[in-house]
Amino acid sequence: MIVFQNVSKFYNHNTIALDNVDFKIAPNEFVSIVGRSGAGKSTIIKLLIGEEKPTKGRIFFDGIEVTKLKPKALSSLRRRIGIVFQEFRLLPEKTAYENVAFALEASGRPQSEIEEFVPQLFEMIGIKDKMDNFPRELSGGEKQRVAIARALINRPDVVIADEPTGNLDPINTYEIIKLLVKINELGTTLILATHNKEIINSLGKRVLSLDEGRLIRDEEEGRYTLS
Amino acid sequence: MITLIFRIIKYAFLGFIRNFWLSSATLAIMILALIAIQGLLIFGTITKTAVTSLQDKIDISVYFKTTTTEEDILKVKQALESLGEIKTVEYVSREDALLQFKATHKEDPTISQALEELGENPLSASLNIKAKNPKEYPAIAAYLNNESLVPFIDKVSYSQNQLVIERLTKIIDTVKGGGLILTFILVAIAVLVAFSTIRLAIYSNREAIGIMRLVGASNNLIRGPYIAEGIMFGIVAGLISVLIFLPLASFVAPYIKVFIPEMDLSSYLLMNFWSHLGIQLGIGIFLGVISGLIAIRRYLKI
Repeated sequence: MIVFQNVSKFYNHNTIALDNVDFKIAPNEFVSIVGRSGAGKSTIIKLLIGEEKPTKGRIFFDGIEVTKLKPKALSSLRRRIGIVFQEFRLLPEKTAYENVAFALEASGRPQSEIEEFVPQLFEMIGIKDKMDNFPRELSGGEKQRVAIARALINRPDVVIADEPTGNLDPINTYEIIKLLVKINELGTTLILATHNKEIINSLGKRVLSLDEGRLIRDEEEGRYTLS
Repeated sequence: MITLIFRIIKYAFLGFIRNFWLSSATLAIMILALIAIQGLLIFGTITKTAVTSLQDKIDISVYFKTTTTEEDILKVKQALESLGEIKTVEYVSREDALLQFKATHKEDPTISQALEELGENPLSASLNIKAKNPKEYPAIAAYLNNESLVPFIDKVSYSQNQLVIERLTKIIDTVKGGGLILTFILVAIAVLVAFSTIRLAIYSNREAIGIMRLVGASNNLIRGPYIAEGIMFGIVAGLISVLIFLPLASFVAPYIKVFIPEMDLSSYLLMNFWSHLGIQLGIGIFLGVISGLIAIRRYLKI
């Protein structure tokens, strides 16, 4: 489903963000990408959604070469990938409801569908009463739930979570991870980038370990073993 | 497509209301720019009227010797009329001159008495000449001083009025040129200020634009609301600027009329109301849309 073929990314010719990374992710897999800050986790995600282009190598998503997509095709690719960020990245001028609805509007869905699905999803993530609040009126955990709802509303093939719990307390962290596992069990490929040791060790899923831009380990049922 | 347009308009409205202070500031700047443009347009019309009115007041009068026959004078008139530079030549006969003289001095008994005592008409016949362009007067004066005309002509008023005419010509030229440059500079300033304000408003949304892109929104859905908002700004600013400007102009109108009697600002504005409003709306929408398009282009690159 997702293929990275000998991908390298340099910034300014001498800063190496990724060095010859090569891996595949199968449909419905739950894969964690671990590594210290600056190891290249976020770079992998940016390359996968076409926000940046690799210096060398090729990237495929469901047989499509991401690196060769035109802006229009890139927008439709992004609608097949739901992304959850550490800093939530909600639209500050839109309510929680509108933030989620916007993702559906982006794919041109009719209004009736939006009015039906969005409240259902808010019910599922458990913050239906906060639908009409603006992001600034929500707690970190609530914001992250809204972000997850937005990532899910288009029924994506893949959900990418980039340090989704970095700004959350342990209880909210646990809740969010539980939600991600549930999403994966319902049939969505899940990529989780994190440096949270407890999460990785409790998950017992596949782990890709990065260090200074290189892929140093790829284990099924991996553990967080970086020093 | 209709859903897209509906959504674009919805978000344009919401953006306008939720960013109320920023929207108001942008709107205020645009209104100021539009009022400045209106003022300059009106200033242009006023100077144009003033210049025409001044030009109309300049003329050369040729006074003929009392011995010159009417036939000769009319010949000179015809010759003058055949010159390309001349707008009108008006013939004032000796009798007409006397009537005019009496009319202007009818309240002065000593003058009418003196005239009666004189028994004959002491006034000369004259031609009042108006040129198309004030710069032509020296040439006309030179023509009148021609040897062949000297026997008939008593005096040409140009030599007396030379200084005034030359000065007026200079003032007219300066007003025309200076007004144009001033208008251009001020309009450029107004446009640039409005332009950067709108760009700033969009700049503050650059993060939101980035997020929308990551969610997979098409460029049209991202760009649309900003352009619709630009159009809204243009319409609202255009309307308000006209609403502010019209009362202001009719308040100033009587004072302008004192200086330039031909200029009736209020009725001019009333007569040209729709084209005036149209120009304002046009400039407003143009400003809003163009600056929006340019500003957003920078953040839409993928």
